[in-house]
Amino acid sequence: MATAARAPSSPPPRSTRGALGWLRANLFGDLKSTILTVLALALIVTALPPLVRWAITDAVWGAVGPDVCRKADGACWAFIHEKYRLILFGRFPYDEQWRPLVGMIVLIGVLAVSCDRRFWRPWLGAVWIAGFAVFFGLLWGGFLGMSFVETRLWGGLTLTLILSFVGIGVSFPVSIVLALGRRSHMPVVRALSVVYIELIRGVPLVSLLFMASFMLPLFFPVGVNVNALLRAQIAIILFTSAYLAEIVRGGLQAIPRGQYEAAEALGLGYWLRMRKIILPQAIRTVIPPIVNSFISLFKDTSLVAIVSLTDLMLATRQAIADPNWRAYFIEGYIFIALIYFAFCFFMSKYSQYLERQGRTGHLRARDMA
Amino acid sequence: MSGASHDRPADRQGEAPIIELIDVDKWYGPFQVLRGINLAVGRGQRFVICGPSGSGKSTLIRCINRLEEHQRGRIVVDGVELTSDLKQIEHVRREVGMVFQHFNLFPHLTVLENCTLAPIWVRKMAKAEAEKLAMQYLERVRIPEQAGKYPGQLSGGQQQRVAIARALCMNPKIMLFDEPTSALDPEMIKEVLDVMVELAESGMTMLVVTHEMGFARTVADQILFMDQGEIVEQSDAETFFTHPRSERTKAFLSQILHN
Repeated sequence: MATAARAPSSPPPRSTRGALGWLRANLFGDLKSTILTVLALALIVTALPPLVRWAITDAVWGAVGPDVCRKADGACWAFIHEKYRLILFGRFPYDEQWRPLVGMIVLIGVLAVSCDRRFWRPWLGAVWIAGFAVFFGLLWGGFLGMSFVETRLWGGLTLTLILSFVGIGVSFPVSIVLALGRRSHMPVVRALSVVYIELIRGVPLVSLLFMASFMLPLFFPVGVNVNALLRAQIAIILFTSAYLAEIVRGGLQAIPRGQYEAAEALGLGYWLRMRKIILPQAIRTVIPPIVNSFISLFKDTSLVAIVSLTDLMLATRQAIADPNWRAYFIEGYIFIALIYFAFCFFMSKYSQYLERQGRTGHLRARDMA
Repeated sequence: MSGASHDRPADRQGEAPIIELIDVDKWYGPFQVLRGINLAVGRGQRFVICGPSGSGKSTLIRCINRLEEHQRGRIVVDGVELTSDLKQIEHVRREVGMVFQHFNLFPHLTVLENCTLAPIWVRKMAKAEAEKLAMQYLERVRIPEQAGKYPGQLSGGQQQRVAIARALCMNPKIMLFDEPTSALDPEMIKEVLDVMVELAESGMTMLVVTHEMGFARTVADQILFMDQGEIVEQSDAETFFTHPRSERTKAFLSQILHN
């Protein structure tokens, strides 16, 4: 082979290799970073042991009353043990709480399957629809011997997942339509998209939630009563899709003119050009800001508390309101912070994974379309 | 090499031209890029269009598949007049292949998918059939072994040959080339021109905007020289190079052949 004739390359200098090399390069490179490293170490050494003592060794675990916690120095995880069902399921009838539990497991299961690109086929859409059908079927009940449960009793993590999953699932396609509309050659379509996007972006989500809850019903015909959950969901979708639309538009603008022209020259019509050529590339370039928006949406669902929907946040506040456990709000907030973090961190990591796939050029167009 | 230029099926009398431009004018804002263009290309003819940059030659061929819109005059391609009617435009585009200066391959699709996309979605061909057809054309441009790769993994010359194969997969009646070798490194120009010469020999109707005068001499039935939006001169290759009529053509030729 031709490569065999090449002169052997010499190894890099010793000092840049191995663990010692890494330490020198990253932690003790010069005086300034040495000082910072020592300071950081000191901070960890002083802060970590008390934290471990509070959170683990001195903490109170298991099914015990608040009186035990009062005598202990550490965290009162017994509070979580006592209240986790309220936090996860809200005021859903206690004996029926297996239903939202199974529902959430189904939804998260479908999400897990969707993460594998091998399954990005048209049938995955059907799987999602089936997943949502099972989920909402379980929650509503009213068949197969399951009692009917009104949406105002839905709550906790269940409600947060509904608002965010449906919010993401609906606002993303809507945002694509809006972004395409804003770049349309048809003046009316373009004007409608611009007005929509600018109006919604100019208003805080809180006021949208208020308007959806209290003003929207005024416009409905007498007797038509759209439930509170759906109204809040609509507000979240309206809000998120306006933001996403601008992100998608940014992606569309990043696609060189030549791509449009090549697709046109092959005789592809507008929708085919968008679906097969432009959108797959455009959306790939804006994966990081899109996921950023999804993460925002997930956390912003906690604002629905102001229209009296018991999401993860409000359910936790209700748990804390119990006079017996009032002292242990920190434990409560840490618990839901971990839940929020788990979902957001997953989204962030998955977005990085998708980006890496895109860079190596193996993310396929039909996967995105 | 010169064998190709003797075979001119389009010289048959009485057959309507496959491309016809009548008094075509076009402006970019107040600036007129095309002035009174008249052109008739017969089935199987090879036209080479040359001229200084900004002379309107790219605009001219881009009007033929409506990537650019003309504002006055008529353009009739394969019996269909180009108006704002989308159906007619898409009909023409199906029959007219185009190769661009910067290849414009779809970077998110493999070479094979680049070639099969339009046959499958526009011609409604079965996937297996489209892939067979694509492999046939990839063999013809001599890169079947790259079918599974992405465009970014290929050299410029290879990409341009894929672009030619992609256009051919639609079985077009006409092929337009917009400076197909201008963005290529010198050592890759030949591999692309060889493919184009073979295509010309197969009887394809071709309009080629290029500065490759060797290619023009080999395959062109007619050479157009454009300057400032006008067709200054049109003649067969032999006459064009040996007895150019206008001074502008002579000046252009002396510059381009000198380099």
